[in-house]
Amino acid sequence: MNALSGDSPGLQRRRRMDRAFRVLCTTMAWTSVLILAILLLDIIRNGTQWLDLQFLQSFSSRFAHKAGIYAALVGSVWLVGLTAVMAIPVGVATAVYLEEYSPKNRLSRFIEVNIANLAGVPSIVYGMLGLAIFVRAFGFGHSILAGAATLSLLILPVIIIASREAIRAVPQSLRHGSYALGATQWQTIRAHVLPVATPGIITGVILSLSRAIGETAPLVIVGAATYVAFLPEGPLDNFTALPIQIFNWAARPQPDFHDLAAAGIIVLLAVLFVMNGTAALIRFRTQRNRPW
Amino acid sequence: MKRFLGTCAMISAIALAGCGGGAQEQNTSSKSLEGRIAIDGSSTVYPISEAVTEEFRAEHPRVRVTIGISGTGGGFKKFTTGGTDISDASRPIKGKEHQKAVENGIEYIELPVAFDGLSVVVNPKNDFVDHLSTEELHRIWQPGSAVRTWRDVRAEWPDHPIKLYGPGTDSGTFDYFTEAINGKAQACRSDFTASEDDNVLVAGVAGDIDALGFFGFAYYIENKDRLRVVPIDGGRGPVAPSTRTINDGSYSPLSRPLFIYVAKAGLEKPQVKAFVDFYLANAAALAGEVGYVALPSRAYDLDRQRVAQRVTGSVFSGKNTVGLDIAELLALE
Repeated sequence: MNALSGDSPGLQRRRRMDRAFRVLCTTMAWTSVLILAILLLDIIRNGTQWLDLQFLQSFSSRFAHKAGIYAALVGSVWLVGLTAVMAIPVGVATAVYLEEYSPKNRLSRFIEVNIANLAGVPSIVYGMLGLAIFVRAFGFGHSILAGAATLSLLILPVIIIASREAIRAVPQSLRHGSYALGATQWQTIRAHVLPVATPGIITGVILSLSRAIGETAPLVIVGAATYVAFLPEGPLDNFTALPIQIFNWAARPQPDFHDLAAAGIIVLLAVLFVMNGTAALIRFRTQRNRPW
Repeated sequence: MKRFLGTCAMISAIALAGCGGGAQEQNTSSKSLEGRIAIDGSSTVYPISEAVTEEFRAEHPRVRVTIGISGTGGGFKKFTTGGTDISDASRPIKGKEHQKAVENGIEYIELPVAFDGLSVVVNPKNDFVDHLSTEELHRIWQPGSAVRTWRDVRAEWPDHPIKLYGPGTDSGTFDYFTEAINGKAQACRSDFTASEDDNVLVAGVAGDIDALGFFGFAYYIENKDRLRVVPIDGGRGPVAPSTRTINDGSYSPLSRPLFIYVAKAGLEKPQVKAFVDFYLANAAALAGEVGYVALPSRAYDLDRQRVAQRVTGSVFSGKNTVGLDIAELLALE
């Protein structure tokens, strides 16, 4: 009727579209949450009855009631710890180089494209690489060190990409201010760029370490054992890891072991939760210390 | 309740292990044993090796045993390059693998440790399949098979489509079944539901009234109430797999021996020697416990003889072992 009421058929259709799209997105979001909730509930229902101190402190066994996850849990902690020690310095340093030092030329673009592509390579390929290089050529054997080195390669691209994003997000004015006061490039990076970029870097690191702790395929190739009834004494010891133990239990004929696998998944999720929680804490602390 | 049953199982296991005899002889003198034992290989044999290791650990807590699951072929790959002391195998070593061992100067002792009875199963609601002959199985599973319905197998059976379930083509179970039924390992029709995870096959057959599937005996025993096992006629009348029929050889030709291969050099290490002795003394009891079937006791005696005399090489390799008496084979040497 008049222009102000805005009821032209075109506008009505656009509004309908608007509402429909909103409903669609909301449904999609909740569907994925629902699926996750169902999965978690199922796992918790099956697994909690087996979760106790004995489960955490025992080695694997052919009797479900005696079996525990001790060796796998300790193996996974060793693995993720060593992976972090190897991957974080290399990853962050590479990101700093690419963002702060490297001239923008063909070579650096070539490196960038390669890193982006490596992030998409299937994990089993890294497993083969790890077997050929770390296990055989370097003579690490089927050890934690070989596993951690392989996982480091696997997550390096992700750490590098996330760290570069974080470093790039640091305002240029901060650097200029630092240079204006006579700071060297090293001082600028250490005192201004890295502290400001830390929350973003930590997010990337935790996401990639969370991926590493759940990886099974490359570890199987590198030679993680399935039955290990002792704790590793050093990085060159044999090991097993949480996902391998879980997979082994899930594949057994006895239903009790399937519940045991669920209990193992809860432990794995708990470890992930602790890792993510720590990251959130660090992020919160460092963000609070921002100079502005 | 679960825990109570578990405890009972444990007590009986210990009692059984005690009956094994050999286990007790060494237990006072060798508390001091230490060192490493590396085992890898078949996932089928894994449960037996795991059970043996668990009991062995109770006596020799300082020996560090690792068991991997690389599959029979993957296990031999490591074994023939000297990477492991013992290889679990669900089939005899192949000529090529033996060649590799010879090239690398690895001498090995071949020890059958248990039987597995491949079980052919149908849905419990299926009431018309009373038994299947090996010839009928062959017609169902042969490459390019024309069998589409149950009536195609036997004329008096209903005109329902037949749905087939079997292990993945990488598994030793598949190798053995196809060799026993179709005459050649890996020769098989390809239009069946295959899974590397036997639990998937169990669920498939349990939920599908027209299903026919096969897998290891342990998976049938653990799911008895959801499946019906089919007696197999191998020429001497229908026989259903059971501990007795597998052990005495009447469940033929779908009973297969499972092996461990021990490196001769490994036997020089006291912890490996003790482990192998322990294995042979307790394999009969422990194999039964994890869903396999013990060999006739004569076979373990022959095994022990082979270890004592360090008889290397394979008597099974390259032979069609389908339906053969294990003690006869071992006595050949």
